[in-house]
Amino acid sequence: MADRNEIRDTFFLECEELLEALDDGLREIDGLISTENQDPETVNAVFRAVHSIKGGAGAFGLEDLVEFAHGFETALDFLRSGKLVANAEMLRVFYRANDRLLDLVGAARDGEILDPAESSDVLAALETMTAEITKDMPSDTPISFEPMSLDFDFEAVVTADAPGDHTNYRIRLTPKTALYIHGNDPAHVIRALRDLGQVRVAIDPTTIPSFKDCTAGQTHITWDMNFETEEPEHVLFEVFDFVESDCVLQIEPVDAAPDAIQLASSAQDLEKEPPAEPVNPDDSAAVSLSLVPPAAKPASSVAAPKRATVRVDLERVDRLINVVGELVINQAMLAQCAENAGITSRDVFATGLEEFKQLSREIQESVMAIRAQPVKSLFQRMARIVREASASTGKSVRLVTEGEATEVDKTVVEKLADPLTHMVRNAVDHGLELTVPRQATGKPETGTVTLSAAHRSGRVIIEISDDGQGIDRDKVRQIAFEKDLIPEGAELTDSEIDNLLFLPGFSTADQVSNLSGRGVGMDVVKSAIHTLGGRVSISSVPGQGSTFTISLPLTLAVLEGMVVDVAGETMVIPLSAILETLRPGHDAVHTLGTGDQVVSIRGTIVPIVDLAAAFGLRSAETYDAARVLLLVETEGNQICALVVDRIFDQRQVVIKGLEDNYGHVAGVVAATILGDGQIALIVDPDTVFENLQPIQIAPERLYASEG
Amino acid sequence: MALQVLAVDDSRTIREMLTSCLTSAGCEVVVAQDGVEGLERLSGAQPDVVITDINMPRMNGFEFISAVRSGEQNRHVPILVLTTESADDLKHRARSAGATGWIVKPFDELKLISAIRRVAT
Repeated sequence: MADRNEIRDTFFLECEELLEALDDGLREIDGLISTENQDPETVNAVFRAVHSIKGGAGAFGLEDLVEFAHGFETALDFLRSGKLVANAEMLRVFYRANDRLLDLVGAARDGEILDPAESSDVLAALETMTAEITKDMPSDTPISFEPMSLDFDFEAVVTADAPGDHTNYRIRLTPKTALYIHGNDPAHVIRALRDLGQVRVAIDPTTIPSFKDCTAGQTHITWDMNFETEEPEHVLFEVFDFVESDCVLQIEPVDAAPDAIQLASSAQDLEKEPPAEPVNPDDSAAVSLSLVPPAAKPASSVAAPKRATVRVDLERVDRLINVVGELVINQAMLAQCAENAGITSRDVFATGLEEFKQLSREIQESVMAIRAQPVKSLFQRMARIVREASASTGKSVRLVTEGEATEVDKTVVEKLADPLTHMVRNAVDHGLELTVPRQATGKPETGTVTLSAAHRSGRVIIEISDDGQGIDRDKVRQIAFEKDLIPEGAELTDSEIDNLLFLPGFSTADQVSNLSGRGVGMDVVKSAIHTLGGRVSISSVPGQGSTFTISLPLTLAVLEGMVVDVAGETMVIPLSAILETLRPGHDAVHTLGTGDQVVSIRGTIVPIVDLAAAFGLRSAETYDAARVLLLVETEGNQICALVVDRIFDQRQVVIKGLEDNYGHVAGVVAATILGDGQIALIVDPDTVFENLQPIQIAPERLYASEG
Repeated sequence: MALQVLAVDDSRTIREMLTSCLTSAGCEVVVAQDGVEGLERLSGAQPDVVITDINMPRMNGFEFISAVRSGEQNRHVPILVLTTESADDLKHRARSAGATGWIVKPFDELKLISAIRRVAT
């Protein structure tokens, strides 16, 4: 059985879903404002989301949350009943309430207490909205709220009342047919009275017609009761709560003794149960009248719930992923052994091994899927950032999201929040123009920030674009020069200028480690994405806007790689970076005056980088045609040709991080264990290339072995 | 024999709370997440008490109660409505839809059991 803490977990988990539904719903409502024709089901769903949060919060005594949700719900109820019509101003308040609700839920979960000022502000704004309506219809209060119900609070009542103060009542109850139709029974009332005091019951025989006048389905009995209790009157009335509208009821306090006698004389044995009630009411909780035949027990007739979920400790999942990683290595090792033993691919063993390989890959994918999460929650958080940035800059901004269902590793979703926040804020802050210049250039007054996610060739691509002014390259150049990041008169391509934004020290403000703070450089964003195995690039068109593209691996645990030989060392190049492999003829390779070599491929000149030389495994040599060139694309969309000695294989490798033990090694992302037990470094083409670029902005960042 | 309860609520939290409270009180609990599912659970079964929320997607509590009352098998089953509002208006609507009684949220075990005791035979 679930204990309270587990239910609490469920509540917060459910809150996340409800808040997501709320956000979705509000945006849908927002989109339909102009039509003045809302989908009632959407409005209902939005109402229900807030209502359910309130309900759950009440159960856990989260008063702040209850109070706020109640205010929000009241306004939504007006919308639902059509007393309010959605407009842009109203939606702004609803969004704000939505954000506040999110904060309150978060605070409740983490046991924090928020400054009540924002709640009061939002509640006041909500109230202003509804006050207009309520003042016209003062009698109509659709929801009267009582945070703690007193209906059943027996203890409080008992202590408030002096003990031993007996009161006698005479009660006369004539049920209508509806009482039975509604599933009630006078026996229930009698039983409830017994719980509260002494009750003597009789049927008034004068009300029973002769047998021939009895009609099936009609009620004919009137009950007379004498009730003696210490409970206050309202507790007594509560007993009749459920039946009062379905019966004729008289309750009057009387002087004790005489009435009891009078009542007793009127008919039957008072201690016996009424004939219609064969079960001893005192055992009621344990006894069931409507016995269910064993074959038709509800439990067995119940279909499986549609969306079954299991909550699993993340640590367990990670352990599983780790073991599956080992399994993949083990499978590679077996394959290697089989090859060494000279087993042919037609052998039964080889077939079995192939099957094993497929199965382990399937297991791996299934395990990865456990950690996968849609980026939707991340994008929804960005909606809020846009709203806040829009409010603080006074720019009118619309956020468009695409591909919200795209799934990414949970860690990626979590760690991407900060960089994305920063980039989205930048897009509003620096990317979009103010309203007046926008109008002047004939753009729509409202700027658009687009967030999109998609799977592309084994990676996740997230783009943040705006339709603003684009990067002011002259200004960027000027700042970079002033900060001593580029020499005067340096020849830079547009893309190189754009990439200056990512340089440490470019930011105009002091460096702060807190990403979500203001004035933090894009270099922090870049390195945050880098630690996720991702890359970020910029493209910008003056006057039309900028696009930041983040490319991330689907998982942080395995990588599809090409296993190569670099001067006798086995290394792995991520397949996602490789565009093609080639062996050019000598006439395609040219040596420049600086000693740098380039290769011309279909009319494009591409610099050649000898990996072995870059890692200091041998001194730079001229390109040897026996070697292979791997054409790789870097995050700056630049292409470079890496020289390797030989290609061994293409396979999935398990990533084993090096950073914990060695720190960051330029040119290397991680290591892996190959099938034969050998350890191979996984090359990071970006940093290899970056450090060998012809334009060296920060010379101290070069390899010692270079040159 | 244990009292059999069908609990209908779209909130997973509330479903879990009801199940937890009721099972610890010795009841057998079957849950459903809306009126449609509630009716499915009722077909072929005869619980002793039905507890239902009002605000639910697909089929709300009022519609659910009416459907139960107009059915054959469980037309007399006691139905308790779970509500956050103690407003009379809501009680009357529940009543006219055919509810037997109501439980005002937030509820605790005591409140739940005492409400069930008042309607279950």
